[in-house]
Amino acid sequence: MWLAPAAQVENKVIAFRLLPTFYKGSSLTSVVVSCIFGWTGIDRAALGVLGAGQRLSRDLAYKHVGLIVGPASDALIAEATKFSDSIAVADHPLLDSYHSETTLTALTEVCKQLNPKAVLLGNDTYCQELVPRLAHRLGGSAAGDALKLSGRNETVLVTRSVYGGKAQATIKLSRAPAILWVRARAQEPAQQQALTTDLTRLTLTLEPNTKIKLVDRQTEMQGTARLEDARVIVSGGRGLGGSEPFTQLRALAEIMGGQMAASRAACDAGWVPAEWQVGQTGKKVSPQLYLAIAISGASQHIMGIADAKTIAAINLDPDAPIFQHCQFGLVEDYRQVVGPLREKLIELLA
Amino acid sequence: MISPAKGLTHLMNILVCLKQILDPELPSRDFRIDAAGRDADRNTAGLVMNIFCANALETALQFREKHGGKITVITFGVPSAEEILRKALALRVDSAVLIRSDLSQRPNPWCIARVLAAAIRKLGDFDLVLTGRESGDWGDGQTGALLAEELGRPCVSLADELKADTVNTALVRIRRQTDQGWEALEASTPLVITVTNNEHNVPRIAKTRDVMQAFRQPLTTWSLAELGVDAQSISEDLACTEVVELAIPIKQTHCEWVTGETLDDRISLLAKRIATVVQSA
Repeated sequence: MWLAPAAQVENKVIAFRLLPTFYKGSSLTSVVVSCIFGWTGIDRAALGVLGAGQRLSRDLAYKHVGLIVGPASDALIAEATKFSDSIAVADHPLLDSYHSETTLTALTEVCKQLNPKAVLLGNDTYCQELVPRLAHRLGGSAAGDALKLSGRNETVLVTRSVYGGKAQATIKLSRAPAILWVRARAQEPAQQQALTTDLTRLTLTLEPNTKIKLVDRQTEMQGTARLEDARVIVSGGRGLGGSEPFTQLRALAEIMGGQMAASRAACDAGWVPAEWQVGQTGKKVSPQLYLAIAISGASQHIMGIADAKTIAAINLDPDAPIFQHCQFGLVEDYRQVVGPLREKLIELLA
Repeated sequence: MISPAKGLTHLMNILVCLKQILDPELPSRDFRIDAAGRDADRNTAGLVMNIFCANALETALQFREKHGGKITVITFGVPSAEEILRKALALRVDSAVLIRSDLSQRPNPWCIARVLAAAIRKLGDFDLVLTGRESGDWGDGQTGALLAEELGRPCVSLADELKADTVNTALVRIRRQTDQGWEALEASTPLVITVTNNEHNVPRIAKTRDVMQAFRQPLTTWSLAELGVDAQSISEDLACTEVVELAIPIKQTHCEWVTGETLDDRISLLAKRIATVVQSA
């Protein structure tokens, strides 16, 4: 065990020189890094990333490093020690919140110190933009939206949906390091393992970035839960014809303790906020029930609901592709259904 | 070229990178994989401009209407990719560049970014380089970000609004989407921006007259050799990712229709089924 004396590691050059000692005596010389961010903490998505990292490092017989970027409280570090072989912390006043350029510089610096063969990130929008640029700076390769990861002969293989969900590709990342963002909530959460006491505090030299300035940051969440964590989702599509019917859908969702979502068509039309969009380029959701109302079910939309346990639909068109993904469905004009359905559900759920 | 808005002295030089893809509207049942098993069969559907590229182009057109400036469009692709450049010309962009691909395989984002960067160096400096957030075919979502790295420029991703700063002509104001909402950013040019869709950048439709005229407009065409892109680097780019398998997922869901004598019966049955799922949740 090697605990970095943070106070003594005064600059990155020293940290860089010390690192080889860190791995001396270990047969696991190569590492897989799972990256979690201090501003998110260890939520379901982070557990998915750590889980994918555990499995990939086992596949490859590499060491699994849990990397915390950003504010790392003692509680967060303590939690992280359960899921990897060692912990690296990259904390810095300029990493108190996300900044695309600064966070990228920090991650690049960190990876140069840890020298990983693979780096795993989650699927939030920040991770998505970091991945290709980090890969470029490290001279590696990149892939996004990884559903499945595997390691063979020191190489990472990634399975992901392509062509808007119409096909699945397995891609070999031949140039290390492989930098990946995984569909985090679809990954089995990390298993607790023996607590690690192997903690390294990395020292970073960062300059404030003046090229891109954050002026305002707004969150437009519905209630307190993320759509990705919703148990029940009622979703509306193009067939609703306007924003007004969403009020009815919301009333229906509320009695089930559910949240609202929409297809891209409904978001593009400006009927509901873009944050409600579910699909290839929207949210990937995994509720117990996804009720699709007046949504035709293009493959791009289905990509967002592939992990839903039960999908049900109400649609006027019996040939709508959505029905091919449903456990049950009703062919009817939603306008005849939503009101009375709500009444009946109030009774049944009382 | 559109003259600057009042008070602005600098005209933004904007490049929009476009990609031609297999029509994503193609129904799943008609989707086929090619004989080599490494890509989609391109003969099954029409080829269209990637929707997010169209959103990027629309964003640029609106920016030019408001603040003035010049728009160049560029694509790297097979000869048929000229169609999307003509489409952009019909929307009255200022110039269009086609880089012909003579590669024997589909270029990955690394290769595309390298080629686009070489073309940008040849074309001269742009204040803003816009790309779509990702493409509707392979959906890697990497080209814009890699291009920023190739050019050594900062990058803002998932932008859905773009405005000039009224005071500082080297600044732009961007709204970008995040998981939980949005961010307002102030960014210095030169800059790479990847664009996502929202209700304000739904692509416009060209006027018939402009479509006709677009076919007569000049188009710059370059080969990779003319760009001076190093063949060794290209083959290294192509080798960094390899498709080892491509398959059409088999769907096994069977939809049980909710049936009944009257509408009320059907709704009752639907309610029962929903309640069962909700209560077990």
